[in-house]
Amino acid sequence: MSRLLRPAARLAASTRAFAKVPAAPSFAQRAAFARPVVFGSFQCRSYADNASGVKEYTVRDALNEALAEELEANEKVFILGEEVAQYNGAYKVTKGLLDRFGEKRVIDTPITESGFTGLAIGAALSGLHPVCEFMTFNFAMQSIDQVINSAAKTLYMSGGIQPCNITFRGPNGFASGVGAQHSQDFSAWYGSIPGLKVVTPWSAEDAKGLLKAAIRDPNPVVVLENELLYGQSFPMSEAAQKSDFVIPFGKAKIERSGKDLTIVTLSRCVGQSLTAAENLKKKHGIDVEVINLRSIKPLDLETIVQSIKKTHRLLVVESGFPAYGVSSEILALTMEYAFDFLDAPAQRITGADVPTPYAQGLEEMSFPTEQLIEDYAAKLLRL
Amino acid sequence: MSSNNVIQDESQLSADIPNEQVLKWYQNMLTVNIMDSIMFEAQRHGRLSFYMVSAGEEAVMVGSAAALAAKDVITCQYREHGVFLQRGFELKDFMSQLTSNCNDPGKGRNMPVHYSGKDKVGVHAVASTLGTQIPHATGAAYALKMEALEDSTKEPRVAACYFGEGAASEGDFHGALNMAATQQCPVIFICRNNGFAISTPASEQYRGDGIASRGSGYGIETLRVDGTDIFAVYEATKAARRKALEDGGRPILLEFMSYRISHHSTSDDSSAYRSSEEVAQWKTPTNDPIARLRQWLEHKQLWSESKDNETRTQIRKDVIQELKLAEREKKPALSAIFSDVYADLTEEAEAQRQELKRIMSKYPQEYDFHQHVGGLGGL
Ligand SMILES: Cc1ncc(C[n+]2csc(CCOP(=O)(O)OP(=O)(O)O)c2C)c(N)n1
Repeated sequence: MSRLLRPAARLAASTRAFAKVPAAPSFAQRAAFARPVVFGSFQCRSYADNASGVKEYTVRDALNEALAEELEANEKVFILGEEVAQYNGAYKVTKGLLDRFGEKRVIDTPITESGFTGLAIGAALSGLHPVCEFMTFNFAMQSIDQVINSAAKTLYMSGGIQPCNITFRGPNGFASGVGAQHSQDFSAWYGSIPGLKVVTPWSAEDAKGLLKAAIRDPNPVVVLENELLYGQSFPMSEAAQKSDFVIPFGKAKIERSGKDLTIVTLSRCVGQSLTAAENLKKKHGIDVEVINLRSIKPLDLETIVQSIKKTHRLLVVESGFPAYGVSSEILALTMEYAFDFLDAPAQRITGADVPTPYAQGLEEMSFPTEQLIEDYAAKLLRL
Repeated sequence: MSSNNVIQDESQLSADIPNEQVLKWYQNMLTVNIMDSIMFEAQRHGRLSFYMVSAGEEAVMVGSAAALAAKDVITCQYREHGVFLQRGFELKDFMSQLTSNCNDPGKGRNMPVHYSGKDKVGVHAVASTLGTQIPHATGAAYALKMEALEDSTKEPRVAACYFGEGAASEGDFHGALNMAATQQCPVIFICRNNGFAISTPASEQYRGDGIASRGSGYGIETLRVDGTDIFAVYEATKAARRKALEDGGRPILLEFMSYRISHHSTSDDSSAYRSSEEVAQWKTPTNDPIARLRQWLEHKQLWSESKDNETRTQIRKDVIQELKLAEREKKPALSAIFSDVYADLTEEAEAQRQELKRIMSKYPQEYDFHQHVGGLGGL
């Protein structure tokens, strides 16, 4: 019977209706991503269009606003973690929240990940809506048992009577100059667990909309942020600045529309892929479609398949380890659901299969870069 | 109680324990004990996959649960059948879970003795992962504290958490106690020190003075109590509850000393690691909690040999009857395999449900769906 618990290709080929592809963003917005990423130095990378009410937000500010709005809107929401209160968060994401909401809602904890994660889950099982911040997801390994065996499974194992409305959040994935125990991507770990929802914001709008949706969602949600994105600025539309703005899970965003190649990517790699796409356009006149997954569980397979039907080529870009990863999953799904539409083998670019090295030269070689994406795409397209 | 089961200083007993209540405790302790032995045997006969008995610890469960309020929130390890029973679980509820039939609130998803009792008796679903329930109790207590702050007219409540001395070696124990102490959560940590973690004796589990000695390290008031004396257990838990609610809330640690008289579970044979003489010592009227309470009742002329025999026979009959009835019930509806993974069924799960149904309809002779509620229609 287990065969049936995996999606069968037949199923998709016959009955699935695909959502319409949303309109592509204007070129003016995209121009912002033309500059290459340099480790450690992030500046404002796009400009504001004041006339239409669009404002510049860093990802950090967007997350902070999301937290403040949800704390304001619902008494049941509280945030806890190491250094979140007095210190305003290790990355200042919780800045000002202690002053505004007090120590009962913004709680500094001892350095006991399994303890405060367990406390948060216990509080969620008792009806509160905690936001559990990990200083980084590397340290969430101390409490992975609580996240997987308690948060993700209790609703099911209690027979549906103990919901667990909790949000786990913090920086995940590539960070620069901090070595193997501070710089790795756990998307695939959480993405494989039934009972969890997992989102990976890239832009400020993603960050705000996905975090707010996570806090409101009745299920446990893992929000995988990225340290290097916190300081990056993005335009935030007027709608996204409002307190009712949320981004639904399971819907990817086409950040750049194109007809020659589909790049599916997530988190920080979205920005890198957009830069590579611009370069490919300039140098070769190629139109690359860049899909920002936004959420990896549930995964928006429809948007991916729809895009492949148009471009007939797929490249997945992620910073996780190659084995059993997000890109492995997407390539497997592509075989199951879109094989007949491919004109070339689907490819992927991932982090290297080594613990992240510290030395800068080695570190750079261990993760996708804009140049690598550009070169690999050119090869795939036989340019 | 003294070693001959007389209460030495009656003035230390709460005024609120009428004789009928003590008789009810005794009845519940007997019920757990008899249910355990019948279900242990039933496992041997292949009627269920697994079972765990709690012989020797009946007073710990029943006495402590009796001292908690009905609305208090409880998290358990797996050996706390007496807590479920004292709080209102009925034989039918136990049997429904053990046979994973359609009346199990856990929908047949969990292995035997992992009861789901949040709705009926305020006890969280039992988890297999040792120690995870300890910080959950801290969290539940935090939620209760918030509730009390928001609405002072509500009766204040505590959370209580049961765990073995073996589970107390897990990091979660440390996390839970440290968090509860620093956040001042109204939670009672109840350690059942029964001397063994499967085959590992307490002497190899820790080198310090048991679990109680750790309390002061966390700044938590602690009491070690004879867990075979139900009056001591009851009074200690009552006092702990009162203290836990003082000063806006704080944790209390209790260590109840007893002995795991039976095997760890149906998967264990304890004769491999301890002598029968050692076990026999704990089955005497000085050490066995049921025998101790029975002697007290007999001193008070509330109980007799004939009453005891009668009651035991009746309980046996009831358990066997409920087991048979439970076995005859249908299994949970097939849809339960997909539901509750998320609050709402995902699109993918729905597609899989439909596909499973299509295949089962096409090859009905290959599947035994008639044993499930609603048959194929229940999918
Ligand atoms: C995290 C984890 N580690 C190991 C086990 C396997 N295991 C199940 S019960 C047990 C012994 C627990 O002993 P104790 O806490 O003293 O409780 P008791 O069985 O004596 O009631 C072990 C090691 C488990 N279930 N979970």
